Amino acid sequence: MLIVAALSALPLLSLLTIVWGRGGAVHGLVYAGCFLSSVALVAAGLDHLGTQTGGAPTLVLPFGLPWLHAHFRVDNLSALFLLIVNVPAAAASAFAVGYSAHLAERRRVTPFYPLFLFAMNAVLVGDDAFVFLVAWEFMSLTSWLMVLADHRRDENRKAAMVYLSMAVFGTFCLLPAFGLLAGGGGDYTFASMRLHSLGPVAGPLVVLLVLMGAGSKAGLVPLHAWLPLAHPAAPSHVSALMSGVMTKVALYGLIRVLFDLHGHVGWQWGAAMMVVGGVSAVMGVLYAVMQDDLKTLLAYSTVENVGIVVIGLGLAIAFKDDGEKSLAALALVAGLYHALNHAVIKSLLFLGAGAVITATGERSLGALGGLLKRMPWTGAAFLVGAAAISALPPLNGFVSEWLVLQSLFKGPVVPHWAMKFGVPVVGAFLALAAALAATCFVRAYGIAFLGRPRSAAAAEAGDVSAGMRWTLVALAALCVGLGAIPVTVTDALSVVVQPLLGTSFAVSSDLGWPFLSPVSNTRGSYSGTVLVMVGLALFGIAIALVHRMGNNRMRAADAWDCGTPEDNPATQYTGQSFAQPLRRSIAATVFQARETVVMPQPGDDSPARHSLAMTDPIWNGLYLRLAWLINLIADQVNRLQFLTVRRYLLMMFCTLVFLLLVVAVRQQQ
Amino acid sequence: MNHHPLFAPILWQVLQIVLALATAPLVTGYVRWFKARLNGRRGPSPFQPYRDLYRLTQKEAVIAHSASWIFRAAPYVVFASAWLAACLIPTFTTNIFLAPAADMIALVALLAVGRFWLALAGMDVGTAFGGIGASREMLIASLAEPAMLMITFSLSLVSGTTQPAQIVAFVLGGNVGVEVSIGLALAAMIMVAIAENGRVPIDNPATHLELTMVHEAMVLEYSGRHLAMIEAAAMVKLTLYMALIACLFAPWGMAQPGAGPEGVLVGMGSFLGKLWMLATALALFETAIAKMRVFRYADFLGGALLLGLLATIFLYVSEAV
Amino acid sequence: MLTALSYDLAHLIGATVLMAGFALLYQRRLFAVLNTFSFQALALAAAAAWQAHIQHAPHLYFTAAIALVFKAMIVPFALHWLVERLGIHRTVETALSIGWTMIIGVALVALSILLVLPVTAHSAALTRESLALAMSVVLLGMLMMITRRNAVTQVVGFMALENGLILAAVSAKGMPLVVEISVAFSVLVAMTLFGIFFFRIRERFDSLDLNYIETFRGDR
Repeated sequence: MLIVAALSALPLLSLLTIVWGRGGAVHGLVYAGCFLSSVALVAAGLDHLGTQTGGAPTLVLPFGLPWLHAHFRVDNLSALFLLIVNVPAAAASAFAVGYSAHLAERRRVTPFYPLFLFAMNAVLVGDDAFVFLVAWEFMSLTSWLMVLADHRRDENRKAAMVYLSMAVFGTFCLLPAFGLLAGGGGDYTFASMRLHSLGPVAGPLVVLLVLMGAGSKAGLVPLHAWLPLAHPAAPSHVSALMSGVMTKVALYGLIRVLFDLHGHVGWQWGAAMMVVGGVSAVMGVLYAVMQDDLKTLLAYSTVENVGIVVIGLGLAIAFKDDGEKSLAALALVAGLYHALNHAVIKSLLFLGAGAVITATGERSLGALGGLLKRMPWTGAAFLVGAAAISALPPLNGFVSEWLVLQSLFKGPVVPHWAMKFGVPVVGAFLALAAALAATCFVRAYGIAFLGRPRSAAAAEAGDVSAGMRWTLVALAALCVGLGAIPVTVTDALSVVVQPLLGTSFAVSSDLGWPFLSPVSNTRGSYSGTVLVMVGLALFGIAIALVHRMGNNRMRAADAWDCGTPEDNPATQYTGQSFAQPLRRSIAATVFQARETVVMPQPGDDSPARHSLAMTDPIWNGLYLRLAWLINLIADQVNRLQFLTVRRYLLMMFCTLVFLLLVVAVRQQQ
Repeated sequence: MNHHPLFAPILWQVLQIVLALATAPLVTGYVRWFKARLNGRRGPSPFQPYRDLYRLTQKEAVIAHSASWIFRAAPYVVFASAWLAACLIPTFTTNIFLAPAADMIALVALLAVGRFWLALAGMDVGTAFGGIGASREMLIASLAEPAMLMITFSLSLVSGTTQPAQIVAFVLGGNVGVEVSIGLALAAMIMVAIAENGRVPIDNPATHLELTMVHEAMVLEYSGRHLAMIEAAAMVKLTLYMALIACLFAPWGMAQPGAGPEGVLVGMGSFLGKLWMLATALALFETAIAKMRVFRYADFLGGALLLGLLATIFLYVSEAV
Repeated sequence: MLTALSYDLAHLIGATVLMAGFALLYQRRLFAVLNTFSFQALALAAAAAWQAHIQHAPHLYFTAAIALVFKAMIVPFALHWLVERLGIHRTVETALSIGWTMIIGVALVALSILLVLPVTAHSAALTRESLALAMSVVLLGMLMMITRRNAVTQVVGFMALENGLILAAVSAKGMPLVVEISVAFSVLVAMTLFGIFFFRIRERFDSLDLNYIETFRGDR
């Protein structure tokens, strides 16, 4: 009931803005309303997961197509994703109460924002293909409108264009997938899809279509191209939701079909997903580490993290097909845990970026610097987010990556050579992605928040308003919390995994509560709680020892800089120079990065120039070629517009004869 | 002798916490002394690092105007994370309290915490040198950390666990022969250890030549007690890697749970012996080899990563998996 | 237990040969390539000698001696002398970057493992492993010949390939001596041929870069 009430409040809020949108106060009010409704949905999700009865309340509403009612159902998976969606949504809404006042184009954003939230939640609770797809489309459409909010900028228009075509592509894939799942009976409820078993062609086809449809929305390489364009183009609180949450809704679709509706997914698909996930993880972070725009960097990092989740899902499928149920549970829990963590971390980081933009008006790393001293709260919260996404213990990002690695290390038990050889390679990819993520965020944080300000705007920045600050701090606290009590979280996730795999996730209890030890207690264990306590103790001992034994005096002075200090902040390392070693050693081959330095002759006082050229292999290799192909076909089809009447008649005639032939052949069979 | 079951693990744990800190400067001092001898110099006494650290703590700390609180917190975080990591690796006995709190993956990540903070501290003051150091350090880490995880992968395939203490138990149980994979993993491990500790040929711990330094460039602005913390962390880290190599690849002599004080004494003696051998080998190696160019790091560490991968793949040929 | 250990050791030595194969791909200096090659031959000699010991096959000692004297000493010295004498450019000219070469190398090792596994499904794991090792060494030698431009590195690649063949030969039980001698002879012949070849290229084009031959042939 709570869910229904909260959900129906959202469209009303949207209506409110459309009617009274001119007034300034109403925007804050609407966001506050969104916050309350998200909190209610979080409570509902927690309540459902906490009671653990396994029951799934359903609801049938008499609207939609005349012969088809709309079905809704909240099971454990939906409840978990209600949490994953609404915790960041609550944060983004709370942030937006203060943040939207700074937006020039807020009247183009606020009306769609509640609808966007509504659509995402509706996808989660929908129990038939009709509701699912309509809500899915609604989600794409509302977010597309918000991407277009600042439509005067060229790159935003391009982003919206690419986004729209990819969204259409995604639906184009999902529609036949659900058609195949429903089978000839035409019953589009999920309940009947579960009972319907798929043929040898339809089964794999559904998996492929769903992987492409949901994968493009989630941002899997090579279908990620729209994501780093569209996510940064929207206002930051919307970017946070698109990156942190909408990709999770896409993953929900993937899990719903592959683990619930689809009866049997072969291990080959699991292996394929692992490889796609591994490639997404490495490519995503490689792109990210080269970016100079803070929000684009964050969007590419989303590609990386979605890849990590998909590695977990792929492993779970492979294990499940092989009958290794407890390992499948481990892998699925790992994937879900990472999805939850990434939702929290990425919304924290995007909202932090929003705060930076509010304070400085700059998104480019090259114009930032020294913000930690000027925005201490935002800076500290962003640091937690950066450390969490770099998978540093004891924060949450580490726990889920640890679980993914643990399940990956068990991958070779699947007795197929493709898995045996694929798993180490994917493992290397995952490890590489994790390490590069740390590099990426040291770079982003170090350039934006540390050092000296590189522009006047950065030098004059002050911290954002209290509401925005507290939202960031709350999210940062959540990052710490989700990492410090891993066993509690995995217990909750185990409830979700149970109905999907028929077995629950075994945290072996021999070692006691704070120890996370999947599989068995000698297989490998981790305890964030113990590590934090001992680490803090050692930290304290170190400080106490040094301060007691040594000299406590401290003097502020100019930087030494090897004896050659330079006042000009332009002499600091920039984002581009920080990435240079990686560019030369890795990106030179992956992105064909070419650097040219023009040094003036001695005596010539013109400045030396350094220029950098990189090409995006996936954009150039896949999308531009595809666009060229489509243009070619369009040109051919275009000729059809200029035919004589007789030729048109001929075409129709040929079509008719062809259709008759098809009917005749089918009747013969 | 009826103690609480946690008595022995906690006792040995505390002993190890102290030992990790106490031996680290000696190991570094010994390597320096022996290198000096190999170069034909007399060299400072192996105990000099203790004096150096003490001297640094007595000095006033100078902090740049542009530095933030990260600059002041980082030395302690870096030191505490290295110290904590050193406490987790079984050295003389596997019967330590913290053994189940972190496995190899967590250990790798714990070392990443220290590196993350050190790199941030390098960038905090806003000088070009700090940036150079941080950027190069992260390049090294980007490849060394995956290599380490691949080593963990192959060891976990052999022994069925990622827990150092359990790996030791597995090896000491006589379950493993001389596998090709373990040889490859050892080679990769040594390469990673060299890179992570900033030793020749990746970095030169003694250099202050701007173009070649990595670790020194990051900590250029530090002084006084902060510098002491960072130096101590580097020393602990070197000892830690030696302990890790000894623990994973040559655990012989280590005491197992249930061993009495004699067993622990034997373990202690063998651990010190192993440290001495590794330190000697390091000094010999560093004397014999020249530093490489920065842009060859990727080849070197990529090689370590591929060795780790090979170690895993080769397990399928031998009957280990 | 003793035999298991001795086979393990044999594999370890085989792996050293393989590692040397990787090290060959890793080097950028011509002299370093030669030193590495000589190390590989040394490891090969050790492998042959160890096999002679555990198989009780004294003729393998002869193979070891050939590898030691001929491949680990004479050939590298000769090539060293050639390089100095002809004033050949001393950096390795790569057609493919070192990183990529090594990645492909690992893929080739994986491939040879994949190939060996089904073929030898019924034989013991011990043979499997040596066969996989030997095959990897052969493939790495070929890779070296493909991806390195300089003629000297190509000769070395060719001989690394031969090393792989000999490794396979000594690892298999009951291999007659004839084969080894023929293998050794082929190396000698190749060596002579390449030696003459160097002089000829040098005389005609004043360089050892094979690209020049292609230009001469009219390919480019």
